[in-house]
Amino acid sequence: MSITVKNVTKSFGTFVALNDVSLEVPAGELLALLGPSGSGKTTLLRIISGLEAPDSGTVLYHDEDVTDAAVRERNVGFVFQHYALFRHMTVFDNVAFGLRVRSRPKAEIRDRVHELLRLVQLDGYERSLPSQLSGGQRQRVALARALAAQPKVLLLDEPFGALDAKVRQELRQWLRRLHDEIHVTSVFVTHDQEEAFEVSDRVVIMNHGKIEQVGSPAEIFEHPANPFVMDFLGNVNVFHGSVQSGRATLGNIEVAYPEYTDSESRAAMAFVRSHELEILRTKNGRPSLEAKVTHINPARPVVKVRVYSETFGVVLNVDLSWDRFTELGLVPGDVVQVSPRQMRVFVQDYVI
Amino acid sequence: MAETGHRPVPVRAHEDPRWVQWTLTLTAVTVMVLLVVVPLVNVFVEAFASGPRVYWKNLFEDPDTPDSITLTLMVAPTAVILNLIFGLAAAWAIARFKFPGRAFLTALIDLPFTVSPVVVGLFLLLLFGLQGFFGPWLREHDIHVVFAFPGLVMATCFVTFPVVARELIPLMEALGAEEEIAAVSLGARGWQLFRMVTLPNIKWGLLYGVILCNARAMGEFGAVYVVSGHIAGKTDTMPLRVEKLFQEYNLPGAFAVASVLAMLALVTLLVKTTLEWKTRRELEENKRLLTLGGEA
Repeated sequence: MSITVKNVTKSFGTFVALNDVSLEVPAGELLALLGPSGSGKTTLLRIISGLEAPDSGTVLYHDEDVTDAAVRERNVGFVFQHYALFRHMTVFDNVAFGLRVRSRPKAEIRDRVHELLRLVQLDGYERSLPSQLSGGQRQRVALARALAAQPKVLLLDEPFGALDAKVRQELRQWLRRLHDEIHVTSVFVTHDQEEAFEVSDRVVIMNHGKIEQVGSPAEIFEHPANPFVMDFLGNVNVFHGSVQSGRATLGNIEVAYPEYTDSESRAAMAFVRSHELEILRTKNGRPSLEAKVTHINPARPVVKVRVYSETFGVVLNVDLSWDRFTELGLVPGDVVQVSPRQMRVFVQDYVI
Repeated sequence: MAETGHRPVPVRAHEDPRWVQWTLTLTAVTVMVLLVVVPLVNVFVEAFASGPRVYWKNLFEDPDTPDSITLTLMVAPTAVILNLIFGLAAAWAIARFKFPGRAFLTALIDLPFTVSPVVVGLFLLLLFGLQGFFGPWLREHDIHVVFAFPGLVMATCFVTFPVVARELIPLMEALGAEEEIAAVSLGARGWQLFRMVTLPNIKWGLLYGVILCNARAMGEFGAVYVVSGHIAGKTDTMPLRVEKLFQEYNLPGAFAVASVLAMLALVTLLVKTTLEWKTRRELEENKRLLTLGGEA
């Protein structure tokens, strides 16, 4: 079942949570809504589910307008950040809830619950109470419960947000495998870009109630649409400079920038990812700037080197491979040349 | 805590000087014994002073006395059931909805605790008495409120109104609405939601409120005194009966009825203590689950 969101706007008092947002989720896709807190991602999810009503705009499931339909009529599976399991019910009763309120026959309920508990690898826990389970197990029960009544869409609100790092990692991969098995159209909210990129088919990056970019993880990583996306993805160094007549000048580094041919100079920002910076002992003819090594963090699998450039007055983060690091034999205090292999320039009409 | 400066370990409450501990404990125990234990024991001693046979006679010889017991056992549960419904509705509204006047409603719920019951009785008299606001209409339709069963129930209801609501509001606020939202997202309708999710979570607190409400309802005197009219065998509840027997210098009779009231109170106390313990566990479990869930 595909989901279409058309021109949805939602305000809470004077705060605009969603500003004319439109989005298509094709049937069977696993889509991530990614953004900082307050970006409107959870509000969008709740509007898709029917837990929240938009001020204007429409929500369609397939071709059916469900904007005014109540949650219980939409048949969605919703997974909450804090599980929201029924604390006085056993795992079995929790999963059976959606079927019982629909008055399904007992035998069908029993079979379906067992099938789902197998799917979430919790068979044998039927009689446990939520309080006897670990966080990861609880969230799997919540997922089984959401899937019980065969929902048209599965919506997950920061499903792994309350779990510790290791369990998060496991559940992420597990969710991906589960989705490959059952193919229900799914939307999940996260503020963790790693999670979004690892799990989803497509990622929607949101900020201030607007969608900044929609694309596959690779598309977004390779071609960030704007400085916000670039910055949000993290692990980047920012240079301030200007563009003029097809060239971008950032201190003593100059690169071609054919997108801007005007002869009038305009402020620009350049983004270079940590692994796109190279450290050299001496100049090699390519654009580079002088910097001093201030800190070395040998965190595997790469060595994270921090250098300070006096020209720009900025600290740069550089990721080096272990081979390269050993070859250079860097120690704090060394003066080196830092050279960008690739940089993305954005003309500054954009305020982060 | 003047001595803290000289001691490496900070003084905790249980390390208060011995004499302070003893004085406080002794004061509390003395007051309790003088004001609660002695009178309570005295009620039973006086009631049974001439043996169980006389006690029985005091209770049942005059038919007005058993009638007062029956009346109380009818008025109190009726008031409790009404307040159960009002209390649930009020607690639900306050704990689950944000609406203008919410703080005002919360304050209003406590009103019966702060107004003297006699004032409440007079108030009902002014509204529903034959000379009162609704008087002509009631007379026309031959409905008796004041000096009749409905008046007794209304007075009792008003005075005990806050009990159930006040018990439920903090419990429902601690529970949060998450499970209910989850139930709605799973397709539950209003009644299913209440029966399958809300009620099991608040059952002990609710029962505790009911027991407490019942205790207050059975013992209510002031408001009922005004609206009852003291029609022996018809509108005399147990507390009113005790007072009447006492005024008639029938002390053994007064003590006998009082002993029945006291026994009902003791049973209530026992049930209440058990439920209190259950409710506390309910609350603690909720808090534990919340902290396990991490920050909101």
